[in-house]
Amino acid sequence: MTAPVLGKKAGAVLEVRKITVRFEGLEAISRLSFSIDPQRIISIIGPNGAGKTTLLNAITGVSPLHSGEILFQGKPIAGLKPFQIASLGITRSFQQAQLFMNMTVLENVMVGMHSRTTAGFIRGMLRPPSERKEEGMILEKSQGILSEFGLLSKAGDMAGHTCILDQRRLEIARAMASRPEILLLDEPAAGLTIREMEEMGNLILGLKEKGQTIILVEHNMRLVMAISDNLIVLHHGIKIGEGRPEDIQKNRQVIEAYLGK
Amino acid sequence: MIKNLQLCVFGLVVFILPLALRNNYYLMALNIAALNVMIVIGLNLLMGYAGQISLGHAAFFGLGAYLSAILTTTYGFATWPTILGAMAITAGIAYIIGIPTLKLEGHYLVMATLGFNVIVYIIMIQLSALTGGPSGFAGIPRLQIGGFAFDSDRKIYYLFWAVSIGVLTLSLNLIRSRAGRALAALSHNEVAARCTGVDTETFKVKIFVISAAMASLAGSLYAHYISFISPGSFNIFFSLQAVTMVLVGGMGSLWGSVFGAILLSLLPEVLHGVKEYNVLVYGFILMTVLMFFPKGLFPAIRSFGAAVVRKKT
Amino acid sequence: MLLKLFQFTLSGLTIGSTYALIAIGFSIIHNATGIVNFAQGEFVMLGGMFMITFYGYLKLPMAPAFALSVFAVAFIGMLLEKTTLRQSKSKEILNLVMITVGASIFIKGLSMAVWGKNAMTLPPFSGEDPILVFGAAIMPQSIWIFGITVGVVAALNTFFIRTRTGKAMRAVAASRRSALLAGIPVNRMIALSFFLSGALGAVAGIILTPVTTISYDAGVMLGLKGFSAAILGGYGSMIGAVAGGLLLGVLESLGAGLVSSEYKDVLAFLILLIVLFFKPAGIFGKGALRRV
Repeated sequence: MTAPVLGKKAGAVLEVRKITVRFEGLEAISRLSFSIDPQRIISIIGPNGAGKTTLLNAITGVSPLHSGEILFQGKPIAGLKPFQIASLGITRSFQQAQLFMNMTVLENVMVGMHSRTTAGFIRGMLRPPSERKEEGMILEKSQGILSEFGLLSKAGDMAGHTCILDQRRLEIARAMASRPEILLLDEPAAGLTIREMEEMGNLILGLKEKGQTIILVEHNMRLVMAISDNLIVLHHGIKIGEGRPEDIQKNRQVIEAYLGK
Repeated sequence: MIKNLQLCVFGLVVFILPLALRNNYYLMALNIAALNVMIVIGLNLLMGYAGQISLGHAAFFGLGAYLSAILTTTYGFATWPTILGAMAITAGIAYIIGIPTLKLEGHYLVMATLGFNVIVYIIMIQLSALTGGPSGFAGIPRLQIGGFAFDSDRKIYYLFWAVSIGVLTLSLNLIRSRAGRALAALSHNEVAARCTGVDTETFKVKIFVISAAMASLAGSLYAHYISFISPGSFNIFFSLQAVTMVLVGGMGSLWGSVFGAILLSLLPEVLHGVKEYNVLVYGFILMTVLMFFPKGLFPAIRSFGAAVVRKKT
Repeated sequence: MLLKLFQFTLSGLTIGSTYALIAIGFSIIHNATGIVNFAQGEFVMLGGMFMITFYGYLKLPMAPAFALSVFAVAFIGMLLEKTTLRQSKSKEILNLVMITVGASIFIKGLSMAVWGKNAMTLPPFSGEDPILVFGAAIMPQSIWIFGITVGVVAALNTFFIRTRTGKAMRAVAASRRSALLAGIPVNRMIALSFFLSGALGAVAGIILTPVTTISYDAGVMLGLKGFSAAILGGYGSMIGAVAGGLLLGVLESLGAGLVSSEYKDVLAFLILLIVLFFKPAGIFGKGALRRV
């Protein structure tokens, strides 16, 4: 077995060190450690209930850590509030699209730029030239992002009135609007047709080619094997495998976890 | 562009209206309506945009009124700086009470804001040496700028509606800005908003403070206009009236708030002798609007109008 | 000094008993529907008003007047649910709560139209001569209040634990879906919860009126205080409601007697705010009231 590309070396953009997350007395994640190199797609896989979404919640500050630490670009982020972590450069999509349904497609992406802009309540009310300039910039950049994601024609539609694939794309566009260091994707292929899944895969690969670091949580093995640089396998909150897709495929422990003994 | 046009047309109508009215009686009702518009707009920003609720806004209205009254009448401070000072003090109180309160959920938030209102109301009654107690506080000086005294309902009309339209403009600006989008986002999906970088806790408190400041401004102007204030005007029934005005106008629609406030302010005047049955009428309106028009009365009328137009074409 | 404390505590327990009954009313509806019934305080006021009408004006004998008043208010409670909440287009909790707010001021307005603005009272059930207990004077009415409260709580307890309907209501409170699947007529249980809360409120109002008089606008304060008691004790549990009610009554009485009687009412709401801010689950409660 070749040594995994993952390792605790300098230059890792995210380091997770022995984290434990508890829910109502049970350990959803137990002493998990791994690190992520930049510009890679790392997929987290495992059977249902393995703690994959919990891991994303822990990284983004939505779920508190019981113990352990998380280092982002060398600095500890555990205990920070979700909005702070988003501002630092870690954004995400959700398992069931958590779009702002009461706003348009364009407005959703504009909110995505929130952490990169500064106009507050006073400037919002008085609209001095500096605010108008910032608004113009937000509008332009947001339209640019919609265009990159093929959603520009739907800019004025209400977010809830678009099809599922567009909603997924919109959520990723919103997460990308702040040019994050790390993008977390939670089951982006769930419920998609084969064709749609291919489009999603291409979209994600496209992002990686532009230099984006991506952590992907996904059930769909086809997608995972096709686009991942490395895999981390979770089972009952414990890491049971880590390495390149081809190696993991042959890992007996992993196979047993999925199929049951 | 269209939005600016709406504002201009409205401003024009407001400007011309008194020339068509011979009877000063309606002017007074419209002046009170202007103050209610200020309060209701602030409350709608909190309820309709930020998705919170406050059943205690009468407390901020009252704080503005009493602070202005006491500081100008008893202590002789100048009027306009005092009004601004009262806004600052009320905003400060709203900040302190807002931080723990806005962490509460739904109807617990309702109860906490109600509790706050009751506490302020009782304090207004009990600190009678300062506030005049239940019989009220009289002799509040009139408003003036330079030597020009606002000593007629007509002059007050222009002043109040100018301020009101100012508040409306600032609010319309706000909802189209970055902060406004952040509020709309957090009202729909707080977790997603946080993960998108919105500091939801701070934003909720800030909009609460702003809406309190608007209510305080209205309260101060009220005190200087009527020249006499008593705690009865600042109890939870008034808070409920304000919420009813928001709901009638439609949560999330600032123009709806303007019309809801005007309609319900003029209603008692139109239905003569209903003053006694004010409570009954408000209860009935509140219940029926919530039951049958949960998105607000005006939005429902607008949809109905749009549907009628569609049928004809 | 000790005697004074004892006296205050006793009068606190008296009024606390009525708070307890009001708090239980809130809990029953909350458990069955998830909403706060803002009109609970009006049920209390109506209880007193009806009793004054039946016993005071129509000169009916006390027991039938009592029963009739309780039944009338219970019926109004059920009517409230059937006409407003059930017909509402939006079933969102906050919307339903605001409807009860509207209903409460509607009822208040109606009461003013029917009974006028003046405070009215009832004669105490069995005379006015105080009874001495360890040197402290207790009004006979207080004993009635304790006794009736204890009786009501015991009866409710039996109802919920021993009877089929009571168990069905507890099932609805635990999980509406499961109750539906089990064939329990959920809508009827909800109507029943309003019926019961109306009855409880009425009882509280009737036993309280001889002590504090009643007027058309008494409902708001009593309702809010009953809610404070419910939150203090732990929202949703009957023990919590009773404990919260008694504790609130005693604290209020001690506060009024020892610190200041003018700010007595402030105490209940300060307690409400403090509990909501720092320990929303109350003394016996388990639920979290904060957003994640």
